[in-house]
Amino acid sequence: MSSSIESLVNKEYQYGFVTDVESDAIPRGLTEETVRLISAKKREPQWLLDWRLKAFKRWQAMTEPRWPNVKYTAIDYQAQTYYSAPRSVKPLQSLDEVDPELLKTYEKLGISLNEQKRLSGVAVDAIFDSVSVGTTMKEELKKHGVIFCSFGEAVLEHPELVQKYLGSVVPYSDNFFAALNSAVFSDGSFVYIPKGVKCPLELSTYFRINAADTGQFERTLIVADEGASVSYLEGCTAPKRSTNQLHAAVVEIVALDHATVKYSTVQNWYAGDKDGVGGIYNFVTKRGKAFTHSKISWTQVETGSAITWKYPSVILQGDHSTGEFYSVAVVNNHQQADTGTKMIHVGKHTKSTIISKGISAGHGQNSYRGQVKVLPKATGARNYTQCDSMLIGNQCGAHTFPYIEVANNSATLEHEASTSKIGEDQIFYCKARGLNAEHAISLIVAGFCKEVFKELPMEFALEAQQLLGISLEGSVG
Amino acid sequence: MTAHSNYRELFEAASHGANRDFLPKLKIAAIEQFEAVGFPTTRDEDWHFTSVSPIAERTFRPVKPATLTVTAEDVARFTYGQADWHLLVFVNGRYEPTLSRFAELDVDAQVMTFSEALKEAPELLAERLGTLAPSQHAFTALNTAFMADGVVIRMPAGVVLDTPIHILYLADAHATGASQHPRTLIVAERQSQCTLVETFAALGGGAYFTNHVAEVVVGTGARVDHYKVQRESGDAFHVGTTQATQDRDSIYHSFSFATGAQLSRTNVYSRLLGENCEVRLNGLYALEEAQHGDHQTFVEHIAPSCSSREVYKGILDGTSHGVFNGKVFVHPEAQKTDGKQTNKALLLSDGSRVDTKPQLEIFADDVKCTHGATVGRLDDMALFYLKSRGIGGDRAKALLTYAFAAEVLELIELEPLKVALEALLFERFIPPEA
Repeated sequence: MSSSIESLVNKEYQYGFVTDVESDAIPRGLTEETVRLISAKKREPQWLLDWRLKAFKRWQAMTEPRWPNVKYTAIDYQAQTYYSAPRSVKPLQSLDEVDPELLKTYEKLGISLNEQKRLSGVAVDAIFDSVSVGTTMKEELKKHGVIFCSFGEAVLEHPELVQKYLGSVVPYSDNFFAALNSAVFSDGSFVYIPKGVKCPLELSTYFRINAADTGQFERTLIVADEGASVSYLEGCTAPKRSTNQLHAAVVEIVALDHATVKYSTVQNWYAGDKDGVGGIYNFVTKRGKAFTHSKISWTQVETGSAITWKYPSVILQGDHSTGEFYSVAVVNNHQQADTGTKMIHVGKHTKSTIISKGISAGHGQNSYRGQVKVLPKATGARNYTQCDSMLIGNQCGAHTFPYIEVANNSATLEHEASTSKIGEDQIFYCKARGLNAEHAISLIVAGFCKEVFKELPMEFALEAQQLLGISLEGSVG
Repeated sequence: MTAHSNYRELFEAASHGANRDFLPKLKIAAIEQFEAVGFPTTRDEDWHFTSVSPIAERTFRPVKPATLTVTAEDVARFTYGQADWHLLVFVNGRYEPTLSRFAELDVDAQVMTFSEALKEAPELLAERLGTLAPSQHAFTALNTAFMADGVVIRMPAGVVLDTPIHILYLADAHATGASQHPRTLIVAERQSQCTLVETFAALGGGAYFTNHVAEVVVGTGARVDHYKVQRESGDAFHVGTTQATQDRDSIYHSFSFATGAQLSRTNVYSRLLGENCEVRLNGLYALEEAQHGDHQTFVEHIAPSCSSREVYKGILDGTSHGVFNGKVFVHPEAQKTDGKQTNKALLLSDGSRVDTKPQLEIFADDVKCTHGATVGRLDDMALFYLKSRGIGGDRAKALLTYAFAAEVLELIELEPLKVALEALLFERFIPPEA
């Protein structure tokens, strides 16, 4: 079977292209001046500049973490460009004013803004490099009092909200990459759902990294006020590059009492070629804080990036709060992923669920690293964890590093993990029913991941299945 | 001066024989290794949940020889009522022939103390000693540097020893503040079989430090059953490392039972070098008050078609802290590996705590590996059921706790030991009815 499996994985990255738009980039390197320059370019208030500078000072004193189970050549932080905006950043009134080159890019990605706007009822805040270019459906959201705008805009228009919640979940001192992000973040998305409002649309952002060697430092802040609920989608594609690009994003979610936030990600950044050259370094800090009776749910499908280092986490602060993590991570060729979650049970009767599916093919290395921590006061905490790995070929690896730390005897925790391969009998069965090997693998893998896919919004679920198919093409033969 | 450098002085003060011999060479290399790595800290991933600073802060000198006060009656308390087992007794790390009971071996096996082995089988020691246990581990290096006595067992090819060998390490009042570094080497050649029980116990309290290392070579088709019972004094420190290597078709069964020591760390490692090996690493620990007990297992699947089975259970009461880290590593060549690991912890009290980390690292695709871990308290439904049958709350809890523990004791194949440990637990968890 192995020969039939191995020939399925080698499809070229289909979104590999570079849009020819003039970039307004600042000189390479990172000093206090760079931070001031970014802040000045974005006309930020003093408090934010001070915050950035504090973060920068802290970052200088920190060292890059070495504990993740990934290997990569050292990053030269002085060789990066920390700000890049497409030249045409005059305020836009409608999509017609958007640079046609940009629109073409989106079309190639299959997310024509017009189409989206008209058909799917999804408001799209498309981020092209670091500045938001087109924002749709704003009026519709405004009616409900929902704020969905670029981070830069939020800083200028809703400073009190930003100031109150920025860094409240991921402090600038949290870790090396979060500190770096806090110092130099360029833009991102801001969402605020007022009390008792169920957001009428699914909010979505398409991230895209463009100008070569530009590290993209997104900052996303989502605040769901008491009783509010929102579903947020994040999707990523990036053009093909030969040098590694650094991406260190921060996502903070605040779910106040009785609020629900669902955050879904499909990540398909350039993973490097089949020899492991190039690809995105994806070092992301994602964390949510759940207050009383609230719920935060992370769903991710990770198929891209040369290196993924990412642990979407939930701090279950309030009593009866719920945290969920559903993940599919695929590595092929020379991709490496060290991903998982942290569930920190602080409040009483808090619940968490972790479902993680890892697929390794080619020379890929896939690690699940998760922590479930029950603090002494978290009476009645409950966790269920399941992490399954699938290996395709014998050059890859699958690793599981779960940390279970329990300091309350009323807690109930279950952890299960398994590692297996696609059985020849399974493939044979499918073949006997007229499917070819490729379809058979695709079917079996889709079944393996079903528990996670069913958590994704419909259109994402479809895209995710397709991506999975593409990612694994050539791994089966 | 740190405790860490004190050990160099202690080392220099002791006599190690002529430098050209293999043993002094090994010891010198070990003390150098120890100096290089130092005591682990919680920054080391393998010691993340266990701080050894109570050990590192003091200097435990080797026990000074003293008049023997241990009697045969004292010894009898720890022999599981088995008068026919071969018995080797060590008091404070030193072999005591008067307390040991060694029937003529009816088969051609060699069971020697360390000093006997140096005379009778120096080539065996030279070939094997220190080659299995990882000397990059500080405590193993420390043991190698200071090992003064121990047991060497050589099972020639095809020899089957039916009677278990029991090694009893006793610490009495003289051990307080001191250390013992006993060493065990078992070489089971092809198709041989033996059963070994190692018991660590204390006569009275005392904050002493036991640092034990066992190396077990399981040859082609051989079988070794290895039991370890750790019942040190409640103030003692215990670090024990067992490293086995297995050739093809061999079987190694290990069981670790631990109730003693204020701070203990038990490492059980096996490397599966040949095809079609079987390894079982099972264990039970029951801690109370402020005890800290850490167990680490590591099964390294190097060759294909081997199976590994692991069941570890822990019962935590008082403010005790249990740690379990079970790692299964599958090399790319180790196809058809079948690995299964289960780890369960029962928290009896509000203040107890457990940190568990069941790890899988897999580099081969045609494998079946699973691990499961659970943490929780007694099942409310089960308690209710017993209460509805007229069994009081406390007794119901006691019964369920005992049942939780007894399940893993069932895996012990050495009947008298199983019965003795069951009795021990029964006494501990189930108070006599008024």
